[in-house]
Amino acid sequence: MLEEILITARHNPKVDPILGIWTWEISVYLFLGGLTAGIIIFVALMNLLEKNDSHSFSANRLALWAPVVLSVGMTTLFLDLEHKLYVFRFYTTLEPTSPMSWGAWVLMIIYPVSLLQIFSTFRKGYPMLSGFFERIPFASMLVDLSERNIKVISWIAIPSAVALGIYTGVLLSAFNARPFWNTGLLGPLFLVSGMSTAAAFIVLFAKDHSEKRTFTRFDLGLIAVEIVLIMLWLINLATGSEQQLQALEYLTQGGGYAVAFWGGFFLLGLLVPLFVEFIDLLHGNRTLAILGPVLVLLGGYTLRHITINLGQETTWQEYDSSYSVEALERVNKYYDSGLN
Amino acid sequence: MTIKYAMVIDTLTCIGCGDCVVACKTENKTPVGLNRDWVVEATRGTWPDLRTEFRSERCNHCSNATCVTLCPTGASHYWRDSNIVLVEANKCTGCKACIAACPYDARLIMHPDGYIDKCTFCHHRVEKGLDPACVSTCPTQCMYFGILNDPGSKVSQLLRTRNYKVLMKETGNEPNVYYLT
Amino acid sequence: MDRREFIKVSSLTAAAVAVPSIFLTGCSQQTRPGDGKVSATPTVCDICFWKCAGHVYSENGNPWKVVGNPQDLHSNGRFCTRGTGGLGAYLDKDRLKKPLLRTVGKNGRQTFREVSWDEALDVIAQRMQQIADEHGADRFAMLSHGAGASHFKNLLKGYGAATFTAPSYAQCRGPREVAFNLTYGEGVGSPDRTDMEHSRCIVLIGSHIGENLHNGQVQTLTRALENGASLITVDPRFSVPASKSKHWLPIRPGTDIALLLAWMNVLIEEDLFDRDYIEQYATGFDELAQHVQQFPPEWAYLQTGLKPSLIRETAREMAKNAPATLVHPGRHTTWYGDDTQRERAIAILNALLGSWGRPGGFYMQDKVKLPKYPLPDYPKPKSTFKAAHGSDYPFASQAVSNAVIDASIGEDAHYKGWLVYGTNLPMTVPGIRNKLKQAADALDLIVVIDTMPAEITGYADVILPECTYLERYDDLRNAAERKPSLALRMPAFEPKYDSKPGWWMAKQLGERLGLQKYFPWKDYSEVLDWQLKKVGSSLEEMQKVGVKNFPRKRPMYFQAGEARHFKTPSGKIEIYSQRLAEQGFDPLPNYTPPAARPENYYHLNYGRMPAHTFSRTTNNPLLFQLAPENALWVNPQVAKQWGLVNGEPVQLQNQDGVVSNPIRLRVTERIGPDSVFMAHGFGHRSKRMRLTHGLGADDSDLMTNVLIDPIMGATGMRGNFVTFIKVETEHPVHA
Ligand SMILES: Nc1nc2c(c(=O)[nH]1)N[C@H]1C(S)=C(S)[C@@H](COP(=O)(O)OP(=O)(O)OC[C@H]3O[C@@H](n4cnc5c(=O)[nH]c(N)nc54)[C@H](O)[C@@H]3O)O[C@H]1N2
Ligand SMILES: Nc1nc2c(c(=O)[nH]1)N[C@H]1C(S)=C(S)[C@@H](COP(=O)(O)OP(=O)(O)OC[C@H]3O[C@@H](n4cnc5c(=O)[nH]c(N)nc54)[C@H](O)[C@@H]3O)O[C@H]1N2
Ligand code: SF4
Ligand code: SF4
Ligand code: SF4
Ligand code: SF4
Ligand code: SF4
Ligand SMILES: [Mo]
Repeated sequence: MLEEILITARHNPKVDPILGIWTWEISVYLFLGGLTAGIIIFVALMNLLEKNDSHSFSANRLALWAPVVLSVGMTTLFLDLEHKLYVFRFYTTLEPTSPMSWGAWVLMIIYPVSLLQIFSTFRKGYPMLSGFFERIPFASMLVDLSERNIKVISWIAIPSAVALGIYTGVLLSAFNARPFWNTGLLGPLFLVSGMSTAAAFIVLFAKDHSEKRTFTRFDLGLIAVEIVLIMLWLINLATGSEQQLQALEYLTQGGGYAVAFWGGFFLLGLLVPLFVEFIDLLHGNRTLAILGPVLVLLGGYTLRHITINLGQETTWQEYDSSYSVEALERVNKYYDSGLN
Repeated sequence: MTIKYAMVIDTLTCIGCGDCVVACKTENKTPVGLNRDWVVEATRGTWPDLRTEFRSERCNHCSNATCVTLCPTGASHYWRDSNIVLVEANKCTGCKACIAACPYDARLIMHPDGYIDKCTFCHHRVEKGLDPACVSTCPTQCMYFGILNDPGSKVSQLLRTRNYKVLMKETGNEPNVYYLT
Repeated sequence: MDRREFIKVSSLTAAAVAVPSIFLTGCSQQTRPGDGKVSATPTVCDICFWKCAGHVYSENGNPWKVVGNPQDLHSNGRFCTRGTGGLGAYLDKDRLKKPLLRTVGKNGRQTFREVSWDEALDVIAQRMQQIADEHGADRFAMLSHGAGASHFKNLLKGYGAATFTAPSYAQCRGPREVAFNLTYGEGVGSPDRTDMEHSRCIVLIGSHIGENLHNGQVQTLTRALENGASLITVDPRFSVPASKSKHWLPIRPGTDIALLLAWMNVLIEEDLFDRDYIEQYATGFDELAQHVQQFPPEWAYLQTGLKPSLIRETAREMAKNAPATLVHPGRHTTWYGDDTQRERAIAILNALLGSWGRPGGFYMQDKVKLPKYPLPDYPKPKSTFKAAHGSDYPFASQAVSNAVIDASIGEDAHYKGWLVYGTNLPMTVPGIRNKLKQAADALDLIVVIDTMPAEITGYADVILPECTYLERYDDLRNAAERKPSLALRMPAFEPKYDSKPGWWMAKQLGERLGLQKYFPWKDYSEVLDWQLKKVGSSLEEMQKVGVKNFPRKRPMYFQAGEARHFKTPSGKIEIYSQRLAEQGFDPLPNYTPPAARPENYYHLNYGRMPAHTFSRTTNNPLLFQLAPENALWVNPQVAKQWGLVNGEPVQLQNQDGVVSNPIRLRVTERIGPDSVFMAHGFGHRSKRMRLTHGLGADDSDLMTNVLIDPIMGATGMRGNFVTFIKVETEHPVHA
């Protein structure tokens, strides 16, 4: 037998016994980042295809959601930082080898882009609001300008949004130290998943029936692609390093994440909505039309959540400590106590 | 990287006493409950034919440190022109990417103030020509510290004349803590 | 990293200035250790009794670190784990803070009341006087451990007491010292006079050096290993040294004498022993040769479970390297009640190898002739410590702690008062708790002087809080060693809280008892300065250097063929001991099989863990962070048989039904299926020690079967067996 244990107590918060540095804040951030990317892409597409009349929600009203959704995500990201006062440090440098650094800058591009998308669709989407807005000097000029360049804006929006979507995955896949994340497929997967959640979002909130149907079709396609990518990801792990094989065990039966992943995400988040949305396309059923997209959105979050948690559990080496954690926790109580 | 500092630890004489851990704790005034180094005991076989190895572990000050490459702010950096990996607190956002980036889970200390604290190879002592605290305290003297690209240094000699290993070569991080076996 | 490399660094770093500034900013903004104002004060470590000398560093007035003094032979500039964590003793928030006096609280229950030093000292002096008047001062005993006790020895000798006992005798080295005295006319002493750094072959009987962290032992054993010496470890557990050994002999517990006799048998049968050495220096060889004929390896195999071939091979290995072969005498030798005889066997085996007085065996110590500070003679006590146990333990060369406790129970008990200094008796003397309770009921006065609210303080009438070794002067360290040397312990910090140094307490009590003539000085530093000046140094010098080594006055080893007179009746190494024979003991060691292990019970094995010293450091906040509890080592087969998993807490029940605290399992191959193992010093009951209380189990609780050595009264601790009781309440931490 091989017994490999820590014989000097080690109980480092967020690291022992298993890595737990990132929790819901990051999952939410990645989820909303992907959703934002999807939203911006669809807004751009619809405007390039000039669907402003037939698909008025996605073409005209949707743009406003991007910065809102993204800002919520940015907030949870900020909540995760342990040294908050120094958040500005993201923007005093560009670290070429760090996806996170690139991501920070991509986010800085996304905001202006999505603002321009809003301006260029403001009058059509929110006549009243834009009315008020244009009382501000130069505002109407800005709106005119963006409306006139809407195609250019869309052509800029798409690549930056794709970058954002892919980044939410690459951020993780860059960690060679976390076998479960360490695969090139995470980028595309999170992009597609992001677009799928955006499509679902539209299906939920679009009024126009034909628009709903278009995006349900989109979504079906995206879910299909997503399933393929996930399969590739797992095959990739199965054929990967020893550590990646161990990582995979979390998903195979008996593994700690098997139920969550296959039941919670794969079945309820992909297969069921695939089926439901398909039925809805054939027979048009009100409840299904809501159920499908809701499941897709939940599935989208579940995917991030599982990826974040499971990824941190997978590591190159695992030591068992020969001492109990409870015992060590006495130290902090002892030091916090008044006496000295 | 013109200077390559290395730590060489002789597992044949290491007794797993943990002195290196306490020495680091006091020398570097590490926060309550947190240590920059730790000791592993690895036993193979079944009673009564057994082999036990003791290893004092810490940051490997990798020549290809993924914690540095993935740090978004440059807070994780190489000290001067060497492989000593340090964190500059006032550049650190506490995003913890470096913790996730370390295949050795050596990026251990989340300082209570929110920045990352880690083994520094005691650069404050190295600068003065002293061994790191753990090395200079180890009662068995099974730890050695020196410059690898100086062929005359004790560490170079040891690696020339003794069998050794590093932890998980496969990570590609090129660790610089060596274990004599 | 040596100097030359340093030069290289600086030149390289100079070159490095060229690199982009982002690298250079480094941590320059962050202050680094040692940037501030640093000061260093000499000390002698008191975390264990190896007494290493070093320096206590402060930075900007804050305690920083404790580091060994490179001039010091005990530490060679490197403190052990515990010594490095020594600051924790000073920083411990749970320390005793004020004198405490036992009083009856409103609710009628007894409690401790914080009192002034004057009140505490008055009470003690008044009751000591009473004891002296009513029964005689010789009926007052001191139970102590550690250097600081000397101040109270001085007080009590002046007072007229005759009984001074320490657990380092009857719970530790006693059997070894008696056996070596019987054989060589000299003990092994402390630091143990083993010359391991020059050994070619080292044999450890138990002696888990590496877990046992006596600094010089660890360091010299390591040097030997580096020099390619072959290590033979006899241990039923795969100890740390076993893992470094050429030969590990996993012996059946309690059968060592059989192995030792078989080894002698081989050395003599195969004529591998040092005939010249024996002929010149020893008596009784023929009786031995006669005696061991009956004990061939084949016989020993049946007792020890060790293959005859292995016994022969290891015997030859020893002979091959003799006289640079050390059969280590061990230190904690109170095992099975026949310990003096086992140590005799070890002493004799060393004689056969000719290692006593030879390089790589046992060296001859030397120490500084340090004059005593002139004091008036002490009064002659009315009785000696023997009064306690009469004709028992004829070879006890000093009072036996357990005998003293026995003689303190009951109305007509011999002893009427105790001063307990620096020893945590309830955890130190095996299975003693009930007796302590009875003694406490009978005694007129128990004074406990300690730094921590350890269990022993619960038995006290008066508790005096001593400041730690980092806050006080004590006697100079003047140990018999490789080189004569002196080391200074001086205050690095002001005493915390309302604690005081021992010398001050002793002086205060002396004045209250009319014994001021034994304390003719204001501050103890005057005594040290006087002594130092007599040997050509001074307190001032020592405050600078901390350690001063002197040249040897006598050779370290026997000279070739040199005639020697040993301090034994025969003037020779006494292989056959007439003295033992006269007292009706075996003049040559005999083997008595240990008690058989009851079914479903396991040998209770215990020992050290590197991070702690007995029960005294488990609440040390620095060392606690290294090892907060002890674990119970259990063989995987046994765990399986009992359905126990790693990390699961269990309780142990011994052969007499005594049940331990819960202790977590460590399932490991390093312990055999017939035993369990735990480190001593855990399972504290004192709630006032907030970190350690209730964590882990206390081996001494389970030691109700105490095997007393009839020769000198030591308390054998290894005759106990335990079985498991599952703990339902808690869940395994790391299954
Ligand atoms: N870290 C640390 N070091 C210490 C101390 C401490 O408190 N902490 N205390 C110091 C003191 S005062 C002393 S006396 C020493 C004690 O340290 P040692 O003198 O080394 O103590 P031993 O009891 O000889 O060694 C314990 C070993 O004996 C083995 N053993 C158990 N039963 C038997 C048996 O029947 N036969 C044989 N051959 N071996 C057996 C155990 O498995 C264990 O490995 O340690 C000193 N060093
Ligand atoms: N069950 C069991 N019993 C054993 C042993 C074992 O292995 N198992 N080992 C035996 C051996 S080898 C030995 S040497 C003895 C050791 O026996 P002890 O010396 O009694 O061991 P400790 O538990 O360290 O108790 C020391 C006490 O001194 C106090 N103290 C510490 N520093 C100071 C100080 O500076 N001043 C004063 N006044 N008090 C201080 C501590 O708080 C503690 O209460 O134990 C023996 N008993
Ligand atoms: S101090 Fe030295 S011997 Fe002790 S554990 Fe550390 S490296 Fe090993
Ligand atoms: S061991 Fe980990 S923390 Fe240290 S340099 Fe390598 S990657 Fe960075
Ligand atoms: S936590 Fe600090 S050091 Fe680590 S990656 Fe983030 S910014 Fe860099
Ligand atoms: S090199 Fe310095 S910082 Fe690193 S573990 Fe050793 S003592 Fe600690
Ligand atoms: S051996 Fe360790 S604990 Fe004992 S005196 Fe030396 S340094 Fe202190
Ligand atoms: Mo001892």
